[in-house]
Amino acid sequence: MALSLVVDALSLKKGYRHLIHDLSFSVAPGECVALTGANGVGKTTLLRTLAGFIRPDGGHVRYAGGVDPEGSVAAQAHYLGHAEALSPGRLAGAELDFQRAFLGGTAAGQAEAIRRLNLSPLLELETRMLSAGQKRRLSCARLIMARRPVWLLDEPMSPLDTEHRAKLAELMQGHLSEGGLIVCAVHDALPFEVRELRLTAPAMEAVYG
Amino acid sequence: MTPPSPSLALLKRDLGLSLARGGGPVLAAGFYLTLMAMVPLSLGPEAQTLSKIAPGLTWLCLALASLLSLERLFERDYEDGVFDLLRTGPLALEWVAFLKCLAQWLGTGLILSLMTPVVMILLGAPVGVAGWALVAALIGSFSFALIGGAGASLTLGSRKGGVLIALLVLPFYVPPVIFGAGLMQAFVTGAPVFQALSLLSAYGLFALALGPIAMGAALRSALN
Repeated sequence: MALSLVVDALSLKKGYRHLIHDLSFSVAPGECVALTGANGVGKTTLLRTLAGFIRPDGGHVRYAGGVDPEGSVAAQAHYLGHAEALSPGRLAGAELDFQRAFLGGTAAGQAEAIRRLNLSPLLELETRMLSAGQKRRLSCARLIMARRPVWLLDEPMSPLDTEHRAKLAELMQGHLSEGGLIVCAVHDALPFEVRELRLTAPAMEAVYG
Repeated sequence: MTPPSPSLALLKRDLGLSLARGGGPVLAAGFYLTLMAMVPLSLGPEAQTLSKIAPGLTWLCLALASLLSLERLFERDYEDGVFDLLRTGPLALEWVAFLKCLAQWLGTGLILSLMTPVVMILLGAPVGVAGWALVAALIGSFSFALIGGAGASLTLGSRKGGVLIALLVLPFYVPPVIFGAGLMQAFVTGAPVFQALSLLSAYGLFALALGPIAMGAALRSALN
């Protein structure tokens, strides 16, 4: 489970715009880094790069000390983005079953997720009927169903109500205490101790100088 | 009970999606039948003309009907963000794309293939042609699905990619149409069918080998 994340001299571009220039940081097991910064500064792009979806323009993202350091980054991480990865026409329960089978989760994990996130009233509904918060709860289920050391969360709290914000915070703390690591884009402060990483737009001189 | 493997789970989900949502097999089959029903109306009901052109026209319509649902093959999962989930799974993107094409083929191409001999005979082709027509249509529609998948992955993310897919993909549909219709022609004229059949199968294998690699590369660049 113990895996640490090392980001080394990372540079990211979106189109011709330099979002991130020469960024280095590391995240140790059991640590949560909160990415903050203005809209459009590159929080989502950075998270997607950490997940291995985007090839960086410079620098490296490495995961070190894991069970299988050579294994693909993506298979050790959960990525929860703005899009909920739910097909509108399918039943919530069927989507949950699929995610468990696809990500290699266990039936016990699925039962636990349903219990902890209070999903049982939603299972018989088509996912297009669900509210934004309910969809987010359904997405969070995979964090519990399939255990993975790295959680990459993109504004996970935003659509949730107070009660479920507390539940998710509890889940995140549990994950950290088991030695997992979290990188999380947020606007509101999280209710537990985190290390803040504030992203700012790079200065022109730094990029071209 | 062992838990279903990731590949099987994905195949089941995609097959369910293509069958459940309107616009899958029913639409393609309806399109195919309507197109074929228009042939005698436009060319006249003369049996001799129809039986002569039946194999070729059937293949043309099979190719066109296979185009119909390509646009939605990757697009819906792209819009819903399902690819973010699929990419954190244990399967390579190439294999994911192949499974999606397989599900697409099982949901649409297979049904079109089963209809092909019937349609051909209705248009006046000899009844004995049915067996070969089915085999050829199965191989042909499978290569249509894989080549079509490559086209669909290339246009992913461009709005209104449907016409673009057709433009990209139709030139690559030409060889199977030639070999498939040629096979039928060979059967009718009593020539050996194995030459056309081997060429058709070779094209199917070509699509099978290159399609997933092309789709993987195109998806990776579209999904960044």
